[in-house]
Amino acid sequence: MSTPRATEVRVYNRPMSTWWWTRRRTYFVFVMRELSSIFVAWFVGFLLAFVYSVGRSEAAYQDFLDWAATPWVVVINVIAAAFLALHVVTWFSLTPQAMDVRIGGQKAPAAAIIASQYVGLAVVSAFVLWLVTR
Amino acid sequence: MPSNPGSNPGSNSGSIRLQVTRYRPESDSEPRFQEYDVPLRKEWTVLDGLNHVKNEVDTTLSFRWSCRMGICGSCGMNVNGDPKLTCAAFLDDYAPGPIRVEPLANFPVVRDLVVDINDFMEKLPRVKPWIIRDDDALLDGDGEIDGEYLQTPEELDAYKQFSMCINCMLCYAACPVYGLDPEFMGPAAIALAERYDLDSRDHGARERLDVLIEHEGVWGCTFVGECTRVCPNHVDPAGAIQRYKVKAAKENVMAFLLPRGAR
Repeated sequence: MSTPRATEVRVYNRPMSTWWWTRRRTYFVFVMRELSSIFVAWFVGFLLAFVYSVGRSEAAYQDFLDWAATPWVVVINVIAAAFLALHVVTWFSLTPQAMDVRIGGQKAPAAAIIASQYVGLAVVSAFVLWLVTR
Repeated sequence: MPSNPGSNPGSNSGSIRLQVTRYRPESDSEPRFQEYDVPLRKEWTVLDGLNHVKNEVDTTLSFRWSCRMGICGSCGMNVNGDPKLTCAAFLDDYAPGPIRVEPLANFPVVRDLVVDINDFMEKLPRVKPWIIRDDDALLDGDGEIDGEYLQTPEELDAYKQFSMCINCMLCYAACPVYGLDPEFMGPAAIALAERYDLDSRDHGARERLDVLIEHEGVWGCTFVGECTRVCPNHVDPAGAIQRYKVKAAKENVMAFLLPRGAR
């Protein structure tokens, strides 16, 4: 059965600009957060290459250090570190929305969830530091 | 400064300019702005300003509104680019102006400030936002509902936040994912699905997951979070969607790990 239309309405569809993400601060932060994933991937690759060279030989380790000290790698790493910090801060602050943590039937306060992640990060970082410097 | 004698109590002197989108499909090829000066009164909202225009200045202006008290969800528009209930956006907060009033973003414009909401109306029932039961415990011999399903305050608390949605669609106007891909189910519909999933009286989670687990369901969301920021009733649709993703991911892992009968 066809539904009769009372009137034919000519609607106007507003096109969405390619630059929509520059129009609002929150959209911009969102796009930067998404972009930060590329730099996370870069650091994973960097770390794996580092561990691999350590495992191979002392000469390979030295080669890796020389390569890592070249200006363009240093520049990339400084930018990547900034994006990594953004990645951590933004995702940590979003966690309470995604996780419904209940303690004794009560909803855990968002600040407690965020703080516990930073504590976790500090513990893991301290362990890694202890592992490589002992 | 002492108030101007002779003026109405509570009124401010002066006026504020509204830049209002006009679009008449029978004659206009695209929307344009028209400016109106309205009295700047402390207690007036943008909706009051529009009603002043409609009543006193230009009767051809079209816009939706009903309750003017944040209950009905009809008067959502983009005010200076932000999706707002115009009945809750005070002119005074935008002084000295001008205030740009546009139809809700991401929806087709029917006329002036009126948008076509059919897409949302078609999506809403797809998530089955009603209580679904496996059993018919409350049906008496004649098939009539007899009695009520009891619920503790804690059980009510589990979903209450998500039940505050008034279908104003501000979250759709704020969502760039919906703007770029109109197939996306959208924040309010998914939050309402979560509202019924979390209801202790409901058994329909499985049925809703089948709809929402699709790409145009929860996985379309990239967690911009703007839906939650613009929601006038603090529903937190972004939170609902992320929780749904966790559920959907668990479902996938279970399906992979467990034998068929054990799920």
